[in-house]
Amino acid sequence: MTWYLRGKAAVVGAATAHLGAAPGYSHMEIAAAAARAALADAGLTLKDVDGLFAVSMHAVFPALTYGEYLGIQPRFSEATIVGGSSAVIQMLHAALALENGLCDVALIVYGSNQRSAAGKLHSPSGTENLPYEKPYRLRAPIAGYAMSAARHMHDYGTTREQLAEVAVAARMWAAMNPEAFMRDPLTAGDVLGSRMVCDPLTVRDCCLVTDGGGAIVMTRADRAKDLKKDPVYLLGCAGGHTHRQYSMMPDLTTTAAVQSGRTAFEMAGLKPEDVDVVQVYDAFTINAVMLLEDLGFCRKGEGGAFVGDGRLRPGGALPFNTYGGGLSCTHPGMLGIFTTIEAVRQLRGEGGERQVAGATVGLAHGNGGMFAHESTALLGTVAAL
Amino acid sequence: MTVQGPDATYFAYLAATDWRIPRCRSCGVHVFQPRIMCPTCDNEAFDWVAPSGKGVVHSTTVVRRRPADGGDYNVALIDLAEGVRIMSRVEGVDPAAVRIGMPVAARLTDQDGETIVVFDSAGGSDR
Repeated sequence: MTWYLRGKAAVVGAATAHLGAAPGYSHMEIAAAAARAALADAGLTLKDVDGLFAVSMHAVFPALTYGEYLGIQPRFSEATIVGGSSAVIQMLHAALALENGLCDVALIVYGSNQRSAAGKLHSPSGTENLPYEKPYRLRAPIAGYAMSAARHMHDYGTTREQLAEVAVAARMWAAMNPEAFMRDPLTAGDVLGSRMVCDPLTVRDCCLVTDGGGAIVMTRADRAKDLKKDPVYLLGCAGGHTHRQYSMMPDLTTTAAVQSGRTAFEMAGLKPEDVDVVQVYDAFTINAVMLLEDLGFCRKGEGGAFVGDGRLRPGGALPFNTYGGGLSCTHPGMLGIFTTIEAVRQLRGEGGERQVAGATVGLAHGNGGMFAHESTALLGTVAAL
Repeated sequence: MTVQGPDATYFAYLAATDWRIPRCRSCGVHVFQPRIMCPTCDNEAFDWVAPSGKGVVHSTTVVRRRPADGGDYNVALIDLAEGVRIMSRVEGVDPAAVRIGMPVAARLTDQDGETIVVFDSAGGSDR
């Protein structure tokens, strides 16, 4: 079939704010700073925003909270909460709303002060009653990812060393990103020898816990051409989910990224080998292995060997999480929007020292819950249209 | 039992130290978590049956915790002989000694006044 939405909307603004530690700032202040910066990036202001796509771990009604704080009364709002995956699938929702005239300027915004406010993961879902799992004190989310890692190692012979390589490569990219939280050199030995949190994952197999906000602005493609920066077109976007409770995950080593990736690639008319930069939600090192398999970059079971040969490092065959990812750049609770922001920066040639030369197609992938919701976006420059 | 939903039914049985899971009266599959409809055939009628208690560890982790906070503990997913998977833990062995493929047997225990299902190693391995 022909996918009508391909290239109909574009990202025209993208920005981060307060990445790292932002003591003394609320999540709303952080989100608003990101929103203003993304709008300035596009040459627009808050007065232009008539579509609001909000996501938060701190607010029960994120669209209402951020709308009120930003002082806007949008014509169209939504606040999809599917975990860290949310901001990526919200690009699809924004494209639908834009194409149907429900809004003209869509703002996707996220902010969190989880590091400074609590010093640990913060989630409203922590208060949700999950009676079939609660008695066993599952340390969410890491214990779920640990059990997927353990099963992947059992079924396919994936090794802890291969997982560690994901963290090592992320740190190498982070070293070239002034925004990254951790930039000191990291070796596989450091990863393997650091504190075990949930076997087989050590603290260096885990993402950071930081503050930070991110925002992107989208318009219809015709208007995008007249704004400040070169448009980055949404070529394909799709999502999918398999469970809520980790114990209900149908197959611990296969995610809904199979579905989201297939549909997003089909919509875009592209294949994995067409992608120049890959930004995948790396909450844990096992994410890179399983999601690259599910997205079609390698076959199921081969992800360990695929990531283990250094191809994710700067200069490697697959430029991957070029900002340092959740493992070394930032992870303020929900990473989805940051995968998109880095894809946009690379496609605009704004990557500085870490720029991948000539990137025209980028993939941003979000992951939510414990491998529960997956969302894939393919973005491209005008050359990819 | 009084008229109630499957969640309340499950926990009412457990509270009476009688572990049961629903089995679809139409297609015969066991259903977990309990639901108002069979996810296989959409039937709405179930028999509540006692599982054999036999299972195999599908995956496992050790949640590392400081000794002062109670020490390390196991969390595992168990494939029951009835064809459903549940979250639980394996007790009686070092949490790090729990292995994927390890045969286990269910046991009811009291935790903070609540009856829960845990598992013990049943010896051997099907690996």
